Amino acid sequence: MHLRTLWFVLDAILWVGFLILEGFDFGVGMLHAWLAKDDTDRRVAINSIGPFWDGNEVWLIVAAAVIFAAFPAWYATMFSALYLAALLLLAALIIRGVSFEYQRKVDDERWRATFRWTLVVGSFLIPFLVGVALGDLLHGLPINQQGDYTGSFWGLLTPFGLWTGVTLVVLSLLLGSTYLTLKTTGDLHDRVARVSATIGWIAVPVVLGYVIWVHVGLGSGFVPNPIDAFALLAVIGAAWAASSRQEGWAFLAAALGMGGAVGTIFVQLYPNVLVSTTNAAYNLTIANTASPSYTLGVMTVVAAVALPVILLYQGWSYHVFRARLRAPRQGSPVRTPGAGTEAGAGAESGAGTSAEAGADGLAGRKGPL
Amino acid sequence: MSTDLARWQFATTSIYHFLFVPVTIGLAFLVALLETAWYRKNDDAYRRLARFFGTLLLINVAIGVVTGLVQEFEFGMNWSVYSRYVGNVFGGPLAMEGLLAFFLESTFLGIWIFGWNRLSKRLHLACIWVVAGATMLSAAFIMAANSWMQHPVGYTMGPNHQPQLNDVWALFNNPVFLWGYTHVVLASLVTGSLVMLAVSAWHLRRKSHVEAFRRTAVISLVVLLPTIILAMFVGSELGVVEGKYQPMKIAAAEALWTTCDSHCPFSAFQIGGGKNDHTPTQILPIPGLLSILATNHLDGKVEGINQLQAQYTKEYGPGTYIPSVFIQYWSMRVMAYLAALLGLLGLWGAWAIRRHSLDRSKWFLRVATWAVAAVFLMNTAGWLLTESGRQPWIVQGLLKTANAASPSVTTTDIWISLSVFLFLYLTLGAADLFLMIRYGRRDLGSEEEQGKPTSAGGRQDGPGPRPGAGPDAGPGAGPDEEADEDERLPALVY
Repeated sequence: MHLRTLWFVLDAILWVGFLILEGFDFGVGMLHAWLAKDDTDRRVAINSIGPFWDGNEVWLIVAAAVIFAAFPAWYATMFSALYLAALLLLAALIIRGVSFEYQRKVDDERWRATFRWTLVVGSFLIPFLVGVALGDLLHGLPINQQGDYTGSFWGLLTPFGLWTGVTLVVLSLLLGSTYLTLKTTGDLHDRVARVSATIGWIAVPVVLGYVIWVHVGLGSGFVPNPIDAFALLAVIGAAWAASSRQEGWAFLAAALGMGGAVGTIFVQLYPNVLVSTTNAAYNLTIANTASPSYTLGVMTVVAAVALPVILLYQGWSYHVFRARLRAPRQGSPVRTPGAGTEAGAGAESGAGTSAEAGADGLAGRKGPL
Repeated sequence: MSTDLARWQFATTSIYHFLFVPVTIGLAFLVALLETAWYRKNDDAYRRLARFFGTLLLINVAIGVVTGLVQEFEFGMNWSVYSRYVGNVFGGPLAMEGLLAFFLESTFLGIWIFGWNRLSKRLHLACIWVVAGATMLSAAFIMAANSWMQHPVGYTMGPNHQPQLNDVWALFNNPVFLWGYTHVVLASLVTGSLVMLAVSAWHLRRKSHVEAFRRTAVISLVVLLPTIILAMFVGSELGVVEGKYQPMKIAAAEALWTTCDSHCPFSAFQIGGGKNDHTPTQILPIPGLLSILATNHLDGKVEGINQLQAQYTKEYGPGTYIPSVFIQYWSMRVMAYLAALLGLLGLWGAWAIRRHSLDRSKWFLRVATWAVAAVFLMNTAGWLLTESGRQPWIVQGLLKTANAASPSVTTTDIWISLSVFLFLYLTLGAADLFLMIRYGRRDLGSEEEQGKPTSAGGRQDGPGPRPGAGPDAGPGAGPDEEADEDERLPALVY
């Protein structure tokens, strides 16, 4: 395989990894304001993704940086063409990124509500805009011979791009809700489980429309790609598993569905990276945007060393925080007024043990996780 | 017009980003030191200090990370010609930064934040050291990329007159990188230690937890004094290196319009010397100092702006090759003079430690609290000096800034983005400052009241349960929340 093809595949994997991993924390971010009945529920929901979201977001950063290094001309055209959409995406990343850290820092309802909503809005906008961007790559944009975008902001909102955005948002919701069923207990858990089933059945027609559009609508013929069929089947499976409370399977299937839905864009794109609607001769392709082979070779060595290690330690972080979260029982020594740090620490270790019990409960459940 | 706006946007967003970066790098290292002290001495005060300053670190990391994202996207958004032209060289270090450093930093920071009671002490300590190391590693890749813009190396000219990477090691062996990166790491440690010193001094002035905050004051001074001295030394060596590869930058920093053959004086201040004034009135000229700063030799020759302009016109064709002399001259002095003052502050602190009067010396504590503002000014001036001094080049000798912007991005687009960034950054900056002050002034939590509850006995203390801290902790849940541990580590975590 040519090195530049390898890097196209690697970059596709990075986008898939990003949208599966952050997908569930986007989903939790969107859902937490509605599913939580009270502040404790909200804390449980946010803390279920607390240790992970930042590490997940690095997948996006690396996916973009890899385009820069491996396909500079693609990076240059894509980000300058998507200028205002990229700005909106950055704004969403900013307001969401700070909300985790800042929400709990001031004990004032208005302050908290502000950052609660920046989390919700950011968690919605990011998968939506990333969907629009990825959809546009495949649908095509007016790109001239120099590789510059000649349309306006509204030209970025192609129908297919918008539908891709909607699809990624719905799949994020599905991932987030099934993830929460694995991380919660009690009332909250029951509510989340019901909601995840509903979202699952909404996701089925959305993804059906998406795979038809990807394939037929963009003129690749009627025989479905295996990956399209795979994405659709996975989402149906996720909906079914969520309805029958097979929570681990539901999450796994939702992840596969997201992977398939994102993966199909890159499968369909190949060997293009950004289609020009002005003239097919102006299409950006793997070949005409790639860096010389020396750069790609260096990057290959770096990735070969780094990626396995990254998977290992990110996997370990999920292992460390595998337990279900539970709210402290009423009347248990959560926190003692005026006692400051030490009481907090003591209560934390108490909560730690009850979480262990939760972990045991998790092991007893059906499903692969 | 649109290139100017794009420059304004890049300058403001990157200067803003670099307000937070050095705090993150410096504080991560210092928090790791505190946690190491806890691990080795098993003294709970160090654990509380590590968490206290850890909270300040996290408040900063939050903004540092999201503003870094902006930087990564902006190359493509605003500088598409640049990105297309040099991506195969410049993009490499950025991708390596993500793969080798930023993944580590983010993942292990998450584990560290939530892992206080899930991991063994040793493993938890390892996590913060990984974070501290990763922040420095991350800076290395970014600085390697930046140094290539100052002094491009390790490439050949390919077809279409485009630079192509042919030696990746050269990027990390670039003298501008070696000195510049060391300079940035030292400046970051200076910044982190000044933040810690300011907070400690504030508490010492109010006699709050004197025992504990005296320790952090001492630690921060122990870090500050050698790092500020080294930073000045390394900075002046960086000046020599840049004098070699970017002589115009140095000439402009001294407003030296005409070549000076040897024993060139350095002016402490000057009047005039701007664009149309080639004979500034030097105040307090220090004989020979400029020769030493620019060449390491008393009789070193320093090229003048006019001569360099003539030489570049011959080499690169007609055009202006002179950066803003005003920015160069004053940013260099603001940086250097503030550094000298901070060095004096470090000496003053060391003297107070020696006399055992650190927590009683009112004036020192007052000055130390406010000195933290100076360090941000110093860092910003340093970046202005090096980036503005590179103009009109975006990559020295290869591509001019004026030719590097995105053709498809309109002036209106940039006005919109600039306004959005300004609005977000000002709001977040206010929130950050508010939180830093609030959490910097927070009570440390007292061990006097509590005995020594490091282990399982922690729950015995305090006047009894507070049912449903979560649900009922709405508005007005009481001032005790303020004295709490980091709110992101509530009782129900894992």
